[in-house]
Amino acid sequence: MIPKAGQTTMAVLSYLEAIRETLRQEMQRDSRIIIYGEDVGVRGGVFRVTEGLQKEFGEDRVIDSPLAEAAIVGTAIGAAVNGLRPVPEIQFADFIFPAINQIVQEAARIRYRSNGTFHVPLVIRAPFGGGVHGALYHSQSVEAFFAHVPGLKVVIPATPYDAKGLLASAIQDEDPVLYFEHKAAYRSLKGEVPDERYLIPIGQADVKRQGKDISIITYGLMVSYALKAAEELEKEGISAEVLDLRSMRPLDVEAILETAKKTGKVLIVHEDNLTGGIGGEVSALISEHALFYLDAPIMRLAGPDVPAMPYSAPLEHAFMVTPEKIRDKARELAKF
Amino acid sequence: MSDNGLTPEIMLDMYYHMVLARAVDDRMWILNRQGRAPVVYTSNGHEAAQVGSAFALNRGEDWICPYYRDLALVLAYGMTPREIMLHLLGRAEDPNSGGRQMPAHWGHAKLHILTGGSVVATQDVHAAGLALASKVLKDGRVSVAYFGEGSTSQGEFHEALNFAAVHKLPVIFFNENNGYAISVPSRKQMAVQDVAARAAGYGMPGVIVDGNDPVKVYEVVKEAADRARRGEGPTLIEAKTYRFVPHSSDDDDRAYRSREEVAEAKKRDPIAMFEARLKEAGILTDEKVKEIQKEIKDIVNDATDYAEKAALPDPATLGDHVYGSL
Repeated sequence: MIPKAGQTTMAVLSYLEAIRETLRQEMQRDSRIIIYGEDVGVRGGVFRVTEGLQKEFGEDRVIDSPLAEAAIVGTAIGAAVNGLRPVPEIQFADFIFPAINQIVQEAARIRYRSNGTFHVPLVIRAPFGGGVHGALYHSQSVEAFFAHVPGLKVVIPATPYDAKGLLASAIQDEDPVLYFEHKAAYRSLKGEVPDERYLIPIGQADVKRQGKDISIITYGLMVSYALKAAEELEKEGISAEVLDLRSMRPLDVEAILETAKKTGKVLIVHEDNLTGGIGGEVSALISEHALFYLDAPIMRLAGPDVPAMPYSAPLEHAFMVTPEKIRDKARELAKF
Repeated sequence: MSDNGLTPEIMLDMYYHMVLARAVDDRMWILNRQGRAPVVYTSNGHEAAQVGSAFALNRGEDWICPYYRDLALVLAYGMTPREIMLHLLGRAEDPNSGGRQMPAHWGHAKLHILTGGSVVATQDVHAAGLALASKVLKDGRVSVAYFGEGSTSQGEFHEALNFAAVHKLPVIFFNENNGYAISVPSRKQMAVQDVAARAAGYGMPGVIVDGNDPVKVYEVVKEAADRARRGEGPTLIEAKTYRFVPHSSDDDDRAYRSREEVAEAKKRDPIAMFEARLKEAGILTDEKVKEIQKEIKDIVNDATDYAEKAALPDPATLGDHVYGSL
């Protein structure tokens, strides 16, 4: 199911290219898939994720929609019920809030409230995250709002390889999936991606680096930052394991507990603000199920509890979690 | 009567469904007042608008997205009185939701009645989306969103009309304007006289129809459906009508409208008017009316008994249908 290097032809793709090629491959495979959103057609999206797709698949399948997020998601729900597999794009995750009622109270509940007689196979893609001078309304991490909601699935890939496998799984899923893409990763992250189709099951975390002294549990752009920090720590004689959650809902409880039990020291990292973030849930799971394996208090490193990320460089930098901040916090944990 | 394809048999069938809806509605209120049903939402007064529109559609194939006022609509669309009562009483067998949703939250996959929530106007964009799929898949279906005039203040009403008009979707927006959003009169809801006037702002036809005349409603919905199927895009229809009883069993309409106003409106009861008209046309007789009433009484009794004896949901099923698979 998951091809490895050497078994297949590969290309080195950016995170963004991996998403685009997956959309293309899936649309070639399944004529029910349609894409729409703001600027996704002629312009190929403000980040060019959907570049060339309208030309290849036509205006019926790659649609420039009116600028109205509730309508984008709400019509996608209707289209999904009537036989299509819509993959709408919300231009920035920050713009998803006008659609929150359609996502939380409609898409997430339709299977449940109809006693299983209706369901909504729908993938909402949205770029999220900061560090690109996007300010308060082009930088947010919004995953925790949605991870709270039964009926939704929430995934965030950290590598081009995962971007492909998770997107294919999301499109194949029979329930609504939120697929968040870190915009700072779009062009900065590159990696080998097999040409052939493969699926990464939603709900499966991935150990991106083996270690024995501490565990860094994270997701998204922070995975590559944590890996950088781990390399630094290695030089200091600290062996850090990095667990990429990949799926915020459902969480891979088994993988979380396994790494916590293995190292006994856990640092949870996310760019989203601290309070009510994914880290709280991960921490609670470890406390409930692995308390006596711990050798130190669970630590969290996250965005600060300010309303959103400011624009000006010093303020933005102060908000962002960086490889250096992760290294320092991890060192503190290792020395506990 | 005009040349609209409505035979005497079809009109009798319309009349039957209007009377059936009123009888089921009346029974639900009785059950509520007896403490046997927690809450009731009515279609009392809206029967002509709802039944007339349903008959103009390809029932069970075209999609409808109803709101809580649409008891007569779903009955005319094929939901049975037993299914209505199972829903009212929250029974396991309720096809709308298996006892999960509060009454009047319709949804029936086999009949193409899309499940709805309680936040008004959310269904308007769903109808546009169903129609978007119909356009792409060329399945020949028309989708209809039903909604009260109060919900036209919501952003999603406007978003849905705009989206549908831009993409020329095969959808009908069917407004049942009874003049009140619970207690708030329409003049406090909008600064225009007619909901239909909104259509011009989106580039689609806006049609006003007497919502107490099922034949006229049938005709305008038929025309809008034909238009949609020809690929000419959406239509906004405003059926002017009146709700004869409170919004719900927890409402008291004496707080916001006079008894004189209600009595005056009841002079145009859609069922009484249609009955008189059918009699005048020689389609209906006093005997036939009695026969229908007797038949309906038996059906409503059967539905009530059936639902009251039906099993409640098993608490062990609380966690079912959150996801198809994990």
